Amino acid sequence: MDAPGLKQYEALSVEAAAVRRHETMWQRLHRSWSVRLGGTALVVLVIIALAAPWLGTVDPSLFDAGSRDLLPGKAGEITTLEGDTLQHKFLMGSDSFGRDIYSRVIYGTRVSLIVGLFTALVALAFGIAFGLSAGYLRWLDGILMRVMDGVMAIPAILIAIALVALWGASLATVIAAIAVPEIPRVTRLVRSLVLTIREEPYVEAAIALGTPTLKIMFGHILPNTIAPLIVQGTFICANGILIEAILSFLGVGLPPDIPTWGNIMAEGRVQFIEFPHNVFFPGVFLAVTVLAVNILGDGLRDTLDPKMAKRV
Amino acid sequence: MSVLEVRELTIALPPGSDRKEAASKVSFAVDRGEIVCLVGESGSGKSVIAQAIMGLLPRTLAITGGAALLEGEDTARASPERLRELRAARMSMIFQEPMTALNPVMRCGDQLDEVLVEHAKLSAQERRAKILDTVREVLLPEPERMIASYPHQLSGGQRQRIMIAMALILDPVLLIADEPTTALDVTTQAQILALIRALQARHGTGVLFITHDFGVVAEIAHRVAVLRLGQLVELGTRDEVLKQPRHDYTRMLIAAVPTLQPHGRKVDERSPMVLETRNLGKTYVDRSWLARRREVPAAKGVSLTVRRGQTLGIVGESGSGKSTVARCIVRLIDPSAGEIRVHDIDIAALSHRALRPYRRRVQIVFQDPYRSLNPRRTVGEAIIEGPLNQGVPRPQALERARRLMELVRMDAASLERYPHQFSGGQRQRICIARALATEPELLVADEAVSALDVSVQAQVLALLEEIRTRLQLAMLFITHDLRVAAQICDHIAVMSRGEVVEYGPAEDVFSAPKHEYTRALFAAAPGRGFVFGSA
Repeated sequence: MDAPGLKQYEALSVEAAAVRRHETMWQRLHRSWSVRLGGTALVVLVIIALAAPWLGTVDPSLFDAGSRDLLPGKAGEITTLEGDTLQHKFLMGSDSFGRDIYSRVIYGTRVSLIVGLFTALVALAFGIAFGLSAGYLRWLDGILMRVMDGVMAIPAILIAIALVALWGASLATVIAAIAVPEIPRVTRLVRSLVLTIREEPYVEAAIALGTPTLKIMFGHILPNTIAPLIVQGTFICANGILIEAILSFLGVGLPPDIPTWGNIMAEGRVQFIEFPHNVFFPGVFLAVTVLAVNILGDGLRDTLDPKMAKRV
Repeated sequence: MSVLEVRELTIALPPGSDRKEAASKVSFAVDRGEIVCLVGESGSGKSVIAQAIMGLLPRTLAITGGAALLEGEDTARASPERLRELRAARMSMIFQEPMTALNPVMRCGDQLDEVLVEHAKLSAQERRAKILDTVREVLLPEPERMIASYPHQLSGGQRQRIMIAMALILDPVLLIADEPTTALDVTTQAQILALIRALQARHGTGVLFITHDFGVVAEIAHRVAVLRLGQLVELGTRDEVLKQPRHDYTRMLIAAVPTLQPHGRKVDERSPMVLETRNLGKTYVDRSWLARRREVPAAKGVSLTVRRGQTLGIVGESGSGKSTVARCIVRLIDPSAGEIRVHDIDIAALSHRALRPYRRRVQIVFQDPYRSLNPRRTVGEAIIEGPLNQGVPRPQALERARRLMELVRMDAASLERYPHQFSGGQRQRICIARALATEPELLVADEAVSALDVSVQAQVLALLEEIRTRLQLAMLFITHDLRVAAQICDHIAVMSRGEVVEYGPAEDVFSAPKHEYTRALFAAAPGRGFVFGSA
């Protein structure tokens, strides 16, 4: 390579002229309107959940026989645990026990968000562990994936009902019951990602550099599966919120004294014709929350996972 | 009148791109019966121009000026209906990847038939006769069987012939060929080039041939247009452009094309042996419960030696087993027979755990610079990974990384950045630095410069040469490109169908190839015998 012109013309190479401009992930996320819309709605919901006691609510378990079945906007009385009687405006009306639906819906936001977040985290954690093992350690693949196929063969709601019946209704069991049927789906996703990433030259280079297997799995492969996993996580979260409401509505979820949107709707169901507000308000919150999470998920998919995004 | 006249064609790139225009005021013409080569490196805008002529531009790119006149009619602004009439009938295109350009679920004959049904009023029998004629004309054996086959049942060369048949069946006046031989082996490439030349001479078709390979240009072009960053920098006859280039950029490109002459460096045959393989073999076994056990030998009886400070090249076409050998030596796959001796230790049979201390001695650089670096790790992290695995403390490893960046001529500040901020050539330098970080004795380069543009390729080759001399490294260089092999190798092993068919000093192999296959391979090298540039 002693062509004298080479050095001199190095700057002429097309490659040298290319200016590399790359947006960071955050810039791209910020540009997507669905990320902004869904994100904003979720932030508002989180603030509502955190600030529940200061939003003009009363203890959601309080009831007053004198204030039964009030229509939204009516004023009435409610008795605290100490026996004091408070004047209270029932913004969303009251139910057949005389409980304030507004307070119950606002406090119910807490349950729904916690259930959504934790089902996603639990499902992702187990799914990642199983999927990485199945994808990278070939001897484990057959056994693990057949077990996952078995779990997938049972309808999700049935597993959830069975687990709640088995362990008793509490927040932890409900989360576990909703997360378990999601684990095989996450496992399959992670496994398929791992199967393609393990063939990438940078993984082979790491093998050639003598990097131990565990370090390759967690240092090289896992970080490259994160984008699609975040997307999957949002969908699990939305689904988890829905399933929790369904379980509560069916009466196999959290005990009726805990205010959840599903419980409120379940109690209002019998009176739906006369007093639709019992079902309407928690229903609106549920729909808005699930929609917000799904819109956020769509936006994340389009920005983080260009392969799945619709091309312009 | 010219078949195609491109007049001051300007195509805008979307805002936020690295430059404003994909093509800026590009003008050239293709006459009847003429082959015009559009040459340029990646990103020069050559494919975009072809797409604009065919009316296939993606929505994000807009034609902002000029015209592309096909027999006087502007195709750049034609309506979709008119374009549909023109395509295949008056102008047609063949692509780089015949597998993806053909519909995998349609028989080849039906795909040809579709063109005729759309554009010609012929009876079914007439169409069939015409299809068979065309398939015969592109010299496909057993035309009946070919048109009844699905694309995956044909070889790459046969698929490209089907594409050519489809493009020429209606006898268009213009054929656009976008890197039609880049994905093919060199012997197949030679056949396809000969076919295109013969057909266009017979039919008087004007051909716009897009390529990055100057060997191909020398082989096929009547006239050459050189593009750089969307601008036409030089236009002339083949001999003018290749022998007396006027523009600095063309001169640089042509100077960067390696010659087919071996470099003729003195080789010290007493230099200590670094790698020796004895009867190395790899057989893939297809085991399944129901099907019969199938054995596919990918490499057999490969015995090679590489000495300190020397380069052994393994050349061969795809499927010859050259990469299998490289991957066995690096132990990315487990060999099924033979020995791999690195300094008298046989690493062929060591378990992966026992092998780990020896990993540092043999390192590899891969073909695709875009996939060779973990996108989520900084360059620094990538380079110190090997030393850290060996137990080198982090500060020392980082110090070593800084020195290596200097060695590969990159800024030490690059260590903090992520791979996507670098170009292909820069990434390949980073990969070389990563491989050198463990202070290996043998560096395996598996098609390490094949994905790079010719000017960048020349830079990386020069860098590898410098490193080999400075560190007295032994190198195993896998390539399909004879020019690159001639440039860099001291010894050459030619592989075909898993076996080494010829092995010896580069001088001897190039000047007097003994094996029939080697001779065929050399005969197929594009631009062989053409003297580039006068510099």
